[in-house]
Amino acid sequence: MRKLTGSDILIRAYLVLFFFFLLAPLGVMVIATFNSSRFPTVTPWLGTTTKWFDALFNDPQMWEGLVNSLIVGVAVVLVSVPLGTAAAMVLDNLHRQARTFVYAVMVSPLLTPGVIIGISTLVFWDRLGVKGGLHLAVIGQSSFITAYIMLMVLARLQRLDRSQEEAALDLGASHPQVFRKILLPYLRSSLVAGGVLAFFQSFENYNTTLFTRGTDITLTIYIASKVRTGLTPAVNALGVILITLTIVGAVGYEIMRRREVARAAAARRQAELEEIPANALVIADAH
Amino acid sequence: MVQLYHRYGALLATLLIAATAIWVLMMVVLPYLVMAEYSFHPNLPMMQQGGPDDVYTLSNYASLFSGIDLLNGELPDDFRVFLRTIWGSTLVTFISLVVCYPVAWHLAKAAKPEQVGLLILLLIIPFWINEILRTFAWYIILAYNGPLNSALLGMGLLDKPYRWLSGSGGVLIGMTYAFILFMMFPLINAIETLDISQVEAARDLGAPEWQIHRRIVIPHAKPGIAVGSIMVFVLAASSYIVPAVLGSPGTRWFTETIYIWFFEGQDWPRGSAYAFILLGLCVVFILSVMRIFRVGLTDIAK
Repeated sequence: MRKLTGSDILIRAYLVLFFFFLLAPLGVMVIATFNSSRFPTVTPWLGTTTKWFDALFNDPQMWEGLVNSLIVGVAVVLVSVPLGTAAAMVLDNLHRQARTFVYAVMVSPLLTPGVIIGISTLVFWDRLGVKGGLHLAVIGQSSFITAYIMLMVLARLQRLDRSQEEAALDLGASHPQVFRKILLPYLRSSLVAGGVLAFFQSFENYNTTLFTRGTDITLTIYIASKVRTGLTPAVNALGVILITLTIVGAVGYEIMRRREVARAAAARRQAELEEIPANALVIADAH
Repeated sequence: MVQLYHRYGALLATLLIAATAIWVLMMVVLPYLVMAEYSFHPNLPMMQQGGPDDVYTLSNYASLFSGIDLLNGELPDDFRVFLRTIWGSTLVTFISLVVCYPVAWHLAKAAKPEQVGLLILLLIIPFWINEILRTFAWYIILAYNGPLNSALLGMGLLDKPYRWLSGSGGVLIGMTYAFILFMMFPLINAIETLDISQVEAARDLGAPEWQIHRRIVIPHAKPGIAVGSIMVFVLAASSYIVPAVLGSPGTRWFTETIYIWFFEGQDWPRGSAYAFILLGLCVVFILSVMRIFRVGLTDIAK
């Protein structure tokens, strides 16, 4: 064991400072929720209250935004999971040169800023006579969320042992049967994970929604408008709820992911398989 | 293509291609092309669109630069905003890299394995919270009567409260906070693949710590630095909510200018042109970084 040197102490102090920088703002926001001050703040402390939760629950706009966000989220899952799966299957069967080009086009929405995806969706559909609204938010968000699904499914497809498919065809199975009985079960874990990812991506999307929403509001639009104008601690109350749900959801997802990985490992004795790329969650809110 | 039909049969293969076409054409390629075409049109009332005045023009692009007077140092407002966006995003990218590097090094190589899991979790938790709410947290912290000023006054570091939210400081802090993990994870991934025996060999031969980083770790981490820089720069340049919440009219961002042309100025062609310029800025940055650091597209889209 090396003794603690000056640089060890320095790096530890730096780590403490870094994690304080990372986590303290969340603490401040949570604490400000319970301050009875009219504005969201922790200084000065004017007494402890839970009235901002009541204020939040009595705001019809919040409920409208929440319901709209849920609708959009489910719609995005229904659009992006089938499209992303189809795109991955097509890409998986393309020849080398075409494949490189099509791959570049398909991942381009992931590198395109969310505002620009929103703007191009708005302009394109406006030219076709379709105005902004929740439906356009679904289309805009699906444009890049489909790319995530495509990558997740493609990663799984590339490890598929095709002899199963061929054996089934040789034994007289029809093509749709092969798809339903072999491919779909094989892709199931990726599809479930992709669906969950797509929903949360959609739920917290702001940039693309901002331009495509028309006059409809989603929960993020509601939060942004309150943050920018209303300045009420009711937003903090919403923050506390979302932080709680997020942590519960994150832990749940992690447990699910580990279970899937463990199941696959047991089945194939290849413990290093990364069934669902953990990175997909990390790059998740790029928009 | 042939292989697709062979594997899945005519019906299924056709459906798959149709679905893929809907996504790639209707949701990715055509919207870009139509936006590009639209940006070369003049802004005309509905009645005159397609009429004799509806000719292709570069005026929407030119309007960003018109009025630049280098001799007198005068810059038009929109162009000033554009420059601020480039400079600010570059600064945020650089700050993120500097702030992340020691932490990434520690997590990838120096820390004990049992600590790493917990620290990674601590990194991810704030990341799961909505960006608007995280930005709002900084609004509370940086407010004139907020906890940061109280703390600094209490420690005697300030004589009177500082207006964090009226300059660019709040925007830069907020963006660094919002996007820092997009730098952190690529860095960790890149440093993790370094063979630690190289570092030990250098150490045994008496290399000072900073030389080890300069000659071994940083060159090895190049792909991670490239990917992290691309992510942070693009996110910062295209951020809307952070400057909207933590900035002031004097620190407007280019995305806000675009929004204003769309929904307040009702000049969609110009808004489209500006959006295209923003996209161009991001593409130029991505391509330069890919060239400088010699990384490919597949490294980035991981």
